[in-house]
Amino acid sequence: MALTKRIIPCLDVHNGRVVKGVNFVSLRDAGDPVEVAQRYDEQGADELCFLDITASSDERGLILKVIEDVAEQVFIPLTVGGGVREIADIHRLLKAGADKVSINTSAVLNPNLVKEASDFFGSQCIVVAVDAKAIPTAHTGWGVFTHGGRRETGLDAIDWGLRMQEAGAGEILLTSMDQDGTKNGFDIGLTRAMSDALEIPIIASGGVGEMRHFVDGALEGGADALLAASVFHYGEMSVKEVKQEMARAGIEVRL
Amino acid sequence: MALVVVVDYGMGNLRSVEKALGHVGTSDVIKVSGDPADIAKADKIVFPGQGAMPDCMRELESRKLIEPIRIASAKKPFLGICIGLQLLFECSAEGGVDGLGLISGEVRKFAPNKLDEGGSKFKVPHMGWNTVDICHPHPIFEGIDSDEYFYFVHSYFVEPLKSQVVIGKTAYINGFASAVASKNIVAVQFHPEKSQQSGLRMLSNFLSWNGHWSG
Repeated sequence: MALTKRIIPCLDVHNGRVVKGVNFVSLRDAGDPVEVAQRYDEQGADELCFLDITASSDERGLILKVIEDVAEQVFIPLTVGGGVREIADIHRLLKAGADKVSINTSAVLNPNLVKEASDFFGSQCIVVAVDAKAIPTAHTGWGVFTHGGRRETGLDAIDWGLRMQEAGAGEILLTSMDQDGTKNGFDIGLTRAMSDALEIPIIASGGVGEMRHFVDGALEGGADALLAASVFHYGEMSVKEVKQEMARAGIEVRL
Repeated sequence: MALVVVVDYGMGNLRSVEKALGHVGTSDVIKVSGDPADIAKADKIVFPGQGAMPDCMRELESRKLIEPIRIASAKKPFLGICIGLQLLFECSAEGGVDGLGLISGEVRKFAPNKLDEGGSKFKVPHMGWNTVDICHPHPIFEGIDSDEYFYFVHSYFVEPLKSQVVIGKTAYINGFASAVASKNIVAVQFHPEKSQQSGLRMLSNFLSWNGHWSG
């Protein structure tokens, strides 16, 4: 027995509801975050990630309600990302029942935020999300983008990962902008480069289309955890099926 | 109806612990408190913790909780979780700080860049689901097998002086003590409150434990 590779379904939350079609048979209400979270929990999800895509700050409070409700019923780690800008945001999310927060754009705009946050709350709850894309000018081959991949930062992805590790990040959520939405699989080169360079765990994200991709992300990419959204939402595969496939490939998973 | 106090000393998110205990302990009163009077009144104590050990010790001192915890730990059923396990030991490599010294031994950091048999790097923190090899039966393991998974997240681990106190071990890097027990004290490195059914079972076992264990 050993530490298992984690499977993390990601839920997009908008104004307190899960958006993107959730296709579980037998859900009364496919947009209810608690029902969706419970379903993933039953399937054997190792953690859940909630991405708050609410645009207006007026409705930010709704994500807190979502987390409070889910934390009442689901006893696995919960990560929340989206709109985390300052220490007070982290405080509110953790108080609501989140176990970790994911910081993306704000880490680039204010690199001290990650250091302050990990000093204050501990590294275990600070995830730094890195959106990376292959660009020839980056010296390791991948650059960091913010604002949902629209804005180039000039930072090299691997260097940035190392800096965030130094600042106290507990893990890196690494999304390939090139692979995201393609269903062609994780960016193995990027994932492997980050995993080899860093000492902290790497969560691979972006590109999953079939079960084999999870196996490749873990074995070839060296990812410690694998995150996916649409393949689970649309019922193309269940967390359990993915884990069974991984177990067949000789990967340690929690079944 | 038992009063279970979750010790609040300002370190980390106690809501998860409170919710999970409330979920299994429907006939108990679960109270999150940093008030020495509540700790004195409690029938059972849960001692969690997150963050860095030096900060935890500083907070315990400034809130005048060290003596109340020492007194409670001498007789009440007492459950340490994560840093709440590490704080029971004599000293830690983290900031060279002294702990409460209730169990002999020290807290050490995982060595970096160790490779497993397949040549992959062991990541630090040790984060995710791993098993606990039960090496001593204990009431908190009632109905739990050695192949069940618990959720871990930590960069430091305890090294007890006496092997008799180790009731569970986990394989990671060189292996470490993931559950220890001494009389009415039991403490675990993982997070039962985040370990789904296995964790809830363990918390339920703790709530029905009378605090007797002879090892």
